Amino acid sequence: MNWKRSLIAAVTAVPVILLFAWGFTRDPGEIPSPLPGHAAPQFSLDVFAPGQPPLSRPVGDTVRLADLRGQVVVLNFWASWCGACREEHAVLSTTARLYTGRPVHFLGVLYNDSLAAGEAWIAEMGGQSYPSMQDPGARTAIDYGLYGVPETFFIDGDGRVAYKQLGPVTGVGLAHIVDSLIAALPPKPAAPATKSRS
Amino acid sequence: MIGPFAHDALLIALPILMLGIVLAPVAVRTGRREWIPVVYSTLYTNFLLVSTATVAMIVALVTHDFSVSYVAQVGSRATPLFYTVISLWGALEGSILFWAWVLALYGSVVVWLNRNRPGNLIPYTALALLAVSLFFGILLVGPANPFHPVFPIPADGPGPNPLLQNHILMGVHPPLLYLGYVGMTVPFAFAVGAMLSGEVTGDDWIKLSHRWTLLSWGFLSAAIVAGMWWSYEVLGWGGYWAWDPVENASFLPWLTATAYLHSMVLQERRGMLRLWNVNLVVGTFVLTVLGTFLTRSGIISSVHAFTVGVIGYYFLAFIALVLIGALVMVAGNSDRLRTSGRMDSAASRETVFLLNNLFLTAFMFTVLIGTLFPLIAEAIRGVKVSVGAPFFNRMTLPMVVMLLFLMGVGPALPWRSATAAEMRSKLLPPLVGAFLFCVGALVAGARNFYGVVAFTFVGYAAVANLREYWIGLRARRNAHGEGWATALYRLIRGNQRRYGGYLAHLGLLIAALGIAGSSSFRREREMTMKPGDTLTVAGQTIRLKGVWGREEVQRSVIGATVEVLKNGRVVGVIEPRMNYYPTSDQPVPTPQVRSTIGGDLYLTLMSFDPNGAHATIRAIVQPLVSWIWFGGGVIVLGALIGMLPARRRPDSSLSEPDVVPVRGAVVAETAP
Amino acid sequence: MLVVSAALLAAITGRAGAQAAGASAAPVAQQAAADTALEARTNAVAGQLRCPVCQGVSIQDSPAELAQQMRDLVREQLRTGKSPDEVKAYFVSKYGEWILLQPRASGFNILIYALPVLVVLGGLAVIVVAMRRWTKPPENLSI
Repeated sequence: MNWKRSLIAAVTAVPVILLFAWGFTRDPGEIPSPLPGHAAPQFSLDVFAPGQPPLSRPVGDTVRLADLRGQVVVLNFWASWCGACREEHAVLSTTARLYTGRPVHFLGVLYNDSLAAGEAWIAEMGGQSYPSMQDPGARTAIDYGLYGVPETFFIDGDGRVAYKQLGPVTGVGLAHIVDSLIAALPPKPAAPATKSRS
Repeated sequence: MIGPFAHDALLIALPILMLGIVLAPVAVRTGRREWIPVVYSTLYTNFLLVSTATVAMIVALVTHDFSVSYVAQVGSRATPLFYTVISLWGALEGSILFWAWVLALYGSVVVWLNRNRPGNLIPYTALALLAVSLFFGILLVGPANPFHPVFPIPADGPGPNPLLQNHILMGVHPPLLYLGYVGMTVPFAFAVGAMLSGEVTGDDWIKLSHRWTLLSWGFLSAAIVAGMWWSYEVLGWGGYWAWDPVENASFLPWLTATAYLHSMVLQERRGMLRLWNVNLVVGTFVLTVLGTFLTRSGIISSVHAFTVGVIGYYFLAFIALVLIGALVMVAGNSDRLRTSGRMDSAASRETVFLLNNLFLTAFMFTVLIGTLFPLIAEAIRGVKVSVGAPFFNRMTLPMVVMLLFLMGVGPALPWRSATAAEMRSKLLPPLVGAFLFCVGALVAGARNFYGVVAFTFVGYAAVANLREYWIGLRARRNAHGEGWATALYRLIRGNQRRYGGYLAHLGLLIAALGIAGSSSFRREREMTMKPGDTLTVAGQTIRLKGVWGREEVQRSVIGATVEVLKNGRVVGVIEPRMNYYPTSDQPVPTPQVRSTIGGDLYLTLMSFDPNGAHATIRAIVQPLVSWIWFGGGVIVLGALIGMLPARRRPDSSLSEPDVVPVRGAVVAETAP
Repeated sequence: MLVVSAALLAAITGRAGAQAAGASAAPVAQQAAADTALEARTNAVAGQLRCPVCQGVSIQDSPAELAQQMRDLVREQLRTGKSPDEVKAYFVSKYGEWILLQPRASGFNILIYALPVLVVLGGLAVIVVAMRRWTKPPENLSI
């Protein structure tokens, strides 16, 4: 046996093994989104489920992201065939109601589903406090780089994607993100020059 | 009840395996040969114990014993018996049990057949087999224990993964794959045995491992083709190979094993490539372990990735041990393995074999780096990238074309050296085939460069390999006045490895034709149709007759009845379906294929209207697809012929591989 | 042959559309050719993009709904005059480099294209050197 050569050969295996060990810390199924930090893709979508007052919007009303500039937008993609969407439904619906009157808009987007199935799902879940829109051809979903539902995008007052949540949102996480985004909104013209951060 | 019993059997196997592992080197070092049978019997005992556990698992599955964790995980009372039995390998724990059983079977048979061989090669080979078995034994009592007691006992289970109970090929592909994959442990064990016993400088271990390599290679080839067929029939996109990591994992060891099947001939005949052959054998095994690791640990995303868990760390430890152990052993022995090879001329079959090994190895390397690159890129750049079919096709096509070329030249060139006249008489006639196939492809409308080149080289190689048969047959008929059938039989029996090899070449060429044809001439159309509507793609017309639904025991089925029209007459009916299983949100598309020797009409039901008013059908027309499956069968036949036990002849000097041994009539191109 | 049978057909069915069909044939054929070309370009681009909801197959091959929609989007963008590279860049801006089934041959990624070629060249060099040595007459073989 030539032990010196053996040792050199053994050392060459180390990087490979380290690579695999490191691989365990990664989730190969996750696709990192390039959107956070960049301008949120514009959309203009028609409401198909009105939501409940006071957050409701009439069916057929067109929602444009551009019109919501200066306010926080929580954009949730969902579908009736999606199991995890059931988990987060109550959290989203309740949180949206709690934030009534604050500068934040909760919006749902139905992803690759029939409107009838979407409406039936909302009824089955006991209603949705905020409106949901239809997305024909999944154009907006593709614009947002969607690859599974639920996915939730948090858009700040400057119209940038601040954060993307893959999978169901949790109550604490949702409130925390929305609070910090509201706090970062530029102050109203009435009270200039004070930047408040909670 | 049966669960704890089976678990105990697996538990008892561990100390027995350890006993063998300790005893083998001690018996050899101290010269106590009488202990060696004890070492062997630990392998037999392990086989009995693992068989007991495997049978127990099948009994538990069939009797729906939901107190066994694995049955609770994959069983269901509604699942048909066939799919219940084959769910043995449908999920992680069961597949490891099956793996361990195949390994135990191989180990016992290998040792039993060679138990009387003197020397230390077999005891050390047994040691390697015991060590690998121990790893799977540990998995089975630890992280992959399929016999966990479940309490309270559920009344029913969810049933196997829908994709795995949707097609009968799932009963064929996995066992073939395991037989091929696990079988590669045998040549590896021989190589380790040879290195540990010092017999690696001889060629005996190569001779012993040859038939096992061929057997595993045959299984692996069959498994790969069956896997392609399965994905073609089940996955619904009309393709059969997507370069998914799990497909690559089965392909990588196949490439190195194919290289080894060629290069070991050089060692046997010319004493060349000793070190290289050890590398190939060890590398093939390492690749099987690597492939298993990649698909079982979940570190690379793949179609078949099993659930991630602590088992990944066990596999990481195992692969680290195997990799370091193998490298240490091979590098440590490299001085002894310096080749004493001699070549007479560059114009010889030896050169073709060397190039064949180069391109097969480069092919393997390309697939390997492509498979691992997403992980490497993320580690170094921090960016997720994908490596898919466009990359693999672009990079490997030139190598495939090169290998097709070599496949035609190799059989035509003689060993040692060829004269210019010999080369002319051997290399020129196959050009007819090249010309015919090239023109044929162009006439049929192939325009992409590699497609046409592939067809051309397939034509060349097909004629070259067929011609070898023809020359042999003609010589026999002239020399002995034999009939065609007798001549063919005696020709093959006279040199099984050679003619088995040519047959495998022909099988591969048939499959290559199928691949080149189906990828060059694929046409598809998708249309939303009302009943009565027709759709024409590549000259084939179909008409939607209706959409229907049906409840089956374990699933609900939505299907479309589609008629195939020829001159306005209905010549066939295809029913693509969507199967809904209770365990899955998503339907499992179940395409239907109308297959003829010329080509396939492949229909997928993409979506449908619940009222049956319309359905969206995707129709794909692909020529020659069935040739791939047929070619796979021919490859396996070639491997079988190569494995046949050589007929004992009184004149044993005539076993020289390239000589047709018939009463002194030498019908071969070998220089005298 | 085709013309004859078309004329026969027209005569039998008594349709007087032969003239009109002849007149409109050219633009229809042009349209069809343009469609075929667009389809080919769409397939080429779609074959390079990874389906986000599948396993490793392109949006060209995948029967998934999102893949079909992405394919439609590719076709539409190509029709509006975007180049294949611009279409790919659009998808990269949404899904990251992950969506390209063939890594861009720049920077670190060059390795994946260069290494296989280097292996082939290196292997060829080794074979040439080895064969030179092996084919030498035996008396010179003392190494």
